[in-house]
Amino acid sequence: MNVQTKSVGAARYVGSRQPRKEDGRLLTGRGQFTDDVRLPGMLHVAFVRSAVARGRIVSIELEAAREMPGVHAILTQADLATVPVKMLSFFFTPIESPVTLLADGRVACVGDPVVMVIAHSRAQAEDAASLVEVVVDEETPLVTIADAKTGPLVHPGREDNIAAEMGDEDALEAIQPLLDDCAHVVSTRIRHQRIAQSPMEGRACVASPDGAEEMTVWMGCQSPHLAARYLTQALGMPQEGIRVVARDVGGGFGLKNIPWREEMAVVVAAKILRRSVKWIEDRFESLTASSHAREQDTALTLGLDKDGRFQAAWCDYACNNGAWPMGEDANIAVHMFMWPAYRLPAYGFVTRGWYTNTMGLGAYRGPWAMESLVRETLIDKAARRIGVDPVELLRRNLLYLEDQPHTSSMGIPVEDITPGECLEKLMANIDYAAFRREQAEARVEGRYLGIGFATYIEPTGSAGSMAPMTGETVQLRIEPTGKVVAMLSTHSQGHGTATTMAQVIAEQLGVAYEEITVYEGDSAIGAFSPGAAGSRQGVIAGGATWQAARMLADKVRAVAAHLSNASVDAVSIEGGMVHIIGAPEMSRSLREIAEIAYGEPARLPEGAASGLEAQYRYQPPPMTMTSAAHCAMVEVDAETGFVTILRWIGAEDCGTVINPGVVEGQIAGGLAQAIGQVLLEDMPYDARGNPLAATFKDYLMPSISDVPDFEYLHASTPSRTIGGMRGVGEGGCIIGPPTLVNAIADALSPFGEIDELVLPLTPARIVDVIEGRDVSGTRVHWQALEAVPAGGDEAAAPPSAEPGQAAGIDGDWNMVLKTPMGPQAMVAHFDTVGEAVSGYLEAPEGRQDFAGGTLSGDRLKFEMKVEKPMKITLKYDLRFDGAHFSGKCKMGMFGSAKVFGERA
Amino acid sequence: MSEHGIEVTVNGHRHAARVEARTSLGEFLREGLGYTGTHLGCEHGVCGACTVMVDGAAVRSCLMLAVQVDGAQITTIEGLAEADGTLHPVQQALRDNFGLQCGFCTPGIAISLACVMQEEAGAGEGARENALVRAMSGHICRCTGYQGIRRAIRQLSGHQPAADEAEAVA
Ligand code: FES
Ligand code: FES
Repeated sequence: MNVQTKSVGAARYVGSRQPRKEDGRLLTGRGQFTDDVRLPGMLHVAFVRSAVARGRIVSIELEAAREMPGVHAILTQADLATVPVKMLSFFFTPIESPVTLLADGRVACVGDPVVMVIAHSRAQAEDAASLVEVVVDEETPLVTIADAKTGPLVHPGREDNIAAEMGDEDALEAIQPLLDDCAHVVSTRIRHQRIAQSPMEGRACVASPDGAEEMTVWMGCQSPHLAARYLTQALGMPQEGIRVVARDVGGGFGLKNIPWREEMAVVVAAKILRRSVKWIEDRFESLTASSHAREQDTALTLGLDKDGRFQAAWCDYACNNGAWPMGEDANIAVHMFMWPAYRLPAYGFVTRGWYTNTMGLGAYRGPWAMESLVRETLIDKAARRIGVDPVELLRRNLLYLEDQPHTSSMGIPVEDITPGECLEKLMANIDYAAFRREQAEARVEGRYLGIGFATYIEPTGSAGSMAPMTGETVQLRIEPTGKVVAMLSTHSQGHGTATTMAQVIAEQLGVAYEEITVYEGDSAIGAFSPGAAGSRQGVIAGGATWQAARMLADKVRAVAAHLSNASVDAVSIEGGMVHIIGAPEMSRSLREIAEIAYGEPARLPEGAASGLEAQYRYQPPPMTMTSAAHCAMVEVDAETGFVTILRWIGAEDCGTVINPGVVEGQIAGGLAQAIGQVLLEDMPYDARGNPLAATFKDYLMPSISDVPDFEYLHASTPSRTIGGMRGVGEGGCIIGPPTLVNAIADALSPFGEIDELVLPLTPARIVDVIEGRDVSGTRVHWQALEAVPAGGDEAAAPPSAEPGQAAGIDGDWNMVLKTPMGPQAMVAHFDTVGEAVSGYLEAPEGRQDFAGGTLSGDRLKFEMKVEKPMKITLKYDLRFDGAHFSGKCKMGMFGSAKVFGERA
Repeated sequence: MSEHGIEVTVNGHRHAARVEARTSLGEFLREGLGYTGTHLGCEHGVCGACTVMVDGAAVRSCLMLAVQVDGAQITTIEGLAEADGTLHPVQQALRDNFGLQCGFCTPGIAISLACVMQEEAGAGEGARENALVRAMSGHICRCTGYQGIRRAIRQLSGHQPAADEAEAVA
């Protein structure tokens, strides 16, 4: 597909600050959020949740609640289980933990939903819920990652508390000698706190059965199409069975990527009761019982040569998955995107997700953002250690356009990224030397200023390598009235997609922006797309819209040429008028052409379809990279540890900017969340597994006084997509944290280093560095937590070895490969001839043969080339033990994945 | 649960209703009268999304009970614009400056700023700007990073928008 960035119409809409189409209704109270939907006879849900982090449910007392006025039904898992549900991850792979919609015999975290009370009003439901008594035989919970490593199993029956893992410690053997040869080796460790995504509108769902097989669901989601596909797939229904509508959604940020237990329970309750059912999450639930994010413990070591050039790096990453993650996750993306912006010859890692008795892990804007935080803060530290300016150290190692194409140490190809160019653009717009002078003068007065830099690249607009990440369809038409209507499967939780898509159409079709209406937010229109997930809508829907508008313009021109007996090349469309060059008297309005196209098809060119419609589905390149470089300047009060942000400026390259107001809005929102993560927000748990931030007085959201005015520089290097856009939805939240941490570290440098970065950097933790002692108690806290193994009453049992049977390996085996996207079940078939082994692996997607394997003793090795998600050779190394086998599969850049199997 | 009869005027329309003593003003406006533009973001008085105007003062409708507004004049976001649809200057300024994204926090912010505009009608630009920013300290917006809201406040305080604030350096 050619890159087309030239406009057809004369008016420039792409690149202009058009007022948003969404604002009219939202500013006047006429939006439709899920809680604004009310249906006749609708019932209301209140969940009874576990107040205990871990234990067996002894009894659930419902009688008193049932007596309450207005109560329609009270449901437990036993009731919901009459409708089978298979919960899935965002990738449509099965959730591995034994997750049920309501607790099934055990509770595994505080906030676990146990009972669903359904009444005629929310108040009645809450009144009755307060009378439900759940008695739990409490066990010592596992709260931290350290607990998970040594404590009893979170999910009895599993082998250990590892929810997901890739890579292993063995890989360090290859990296260590390279590090040993380096002139400088620097390390850092970051403990990232747990974040509550906290969209201002919590989760919300209204489910209304329309008949035996149909249902309409209004839901706070990020894509009605994805939600509909998820709900139907989880319920085993035909996809047409559920229509999901989401007109306005008060923020998503990853939390609302997929429907989760409560939304699903509402849908199931509506099915069971055959009534419309509504659940609106309150803030207490939103903070403590919506899936959380982050909570990571990451160590990174980097070796540099004497000139400061990166040589090798090793990362040990762990994240707390809680009890019921929305997909077990070891965050492989952290490792994939750690280094593509840099020249780094060798990288190794081990990455694990751990189950604990805390609320489950969900996505949050830039889920892999730790890669930028740990890398950029370590580079900054390295610069101080080596005695090089941090900007100089970036320059020596960053990729510039002239260095590309380049392939990262993890095998990611980059062709058109501009982190180096963004850094230069940034430096050209700040007076760095002047700041350093000011800083030196201020220090003499006992004032501590700091400047921080960070650069990064971000994968956006992903399509075609993972089940949910697809292209986008647009259906576009000019109505007989001459007005333009677009039907899209985009979704805005603030993204302004109706605005940006209308701008693209206006420009490509040659009509006024005001004449265009965009319909979205309903699974009944458009075609499948995951909506707002992975910074993709501007890139992919923008490209689809761009192309469809050109196709429609071509049709209008063909019709006008035919009607005027002119050549198509002589026709232009501008401001809703169709002109023939050199014949101004033949100009017609789009409406006239449309009236003919719909009403008098006989006047159309031979073979032309009636009407003025176009449809296009755009499949972009698999991934489109966005780059940026940011700079923050701060002052740290050495008495109080309080941080004031003096200035913040960023240069980002998101290719073609459709609407600078929208792009800057995305960046700013992400940066504000970054400031929250670095300085304010925290969802701590106590030792008994209680979440401690239950209100917005405990969970500190950034307010207007915490966020400075941001300055933006747009680099605008067109990408290879139609229209040339690059995604920009998550970047601020990824590059913001290291930028701010580096500025603070620079301010604190006269006192010392932030040895171990524990977030948030509260004033007390900053005073720790200033005074060189544990004022905040952070160190004592972590030492205490990591010294004492929790629980221990049922230590993790090693996998039981069954008596070996010398039955050979020939025949069928049920095998599970634990890929980064979730477990993949398949049938493995082996045929042996002596030591030579051939066979095949068969999954629902197809069967693939292999040959050339070898069996030596109980050990089988074989290789297989695959095309998806990318071209790699899988190297299996399995050990057989009677009716079982286990082992590893080396998946190229992804590292090693675990494999299990048993006799079919 | 005790019930009480109240009479209120909302956006110029008179309503008589019976409400439970515990019903918050926010819930009454939304559920009882259908003014769903008032949003409940926390129901504990921190986020400001629920702010409505009661006898000219900005009030968190999640913290006030419906029974307390008997006889009051209330303006919600639905009643802020002119009858002919002309936006209130606060709404217009938010619109001009990309002051909203998802729009969930917006009704409360618009009402708070409108109250300050009324109170500070005679004040100088600087005083008005300070008062508007101060009012914002009672509002949380998760989407915008407050950038457009701050620009809107400058516009409402009489500053000319800088030639092209953000295009400046491209
Ligand atoms: S809902 Fe009233 S302040 Fe948040
Ligand atoms: S615009 Fe979404 S919370 Fe403010």
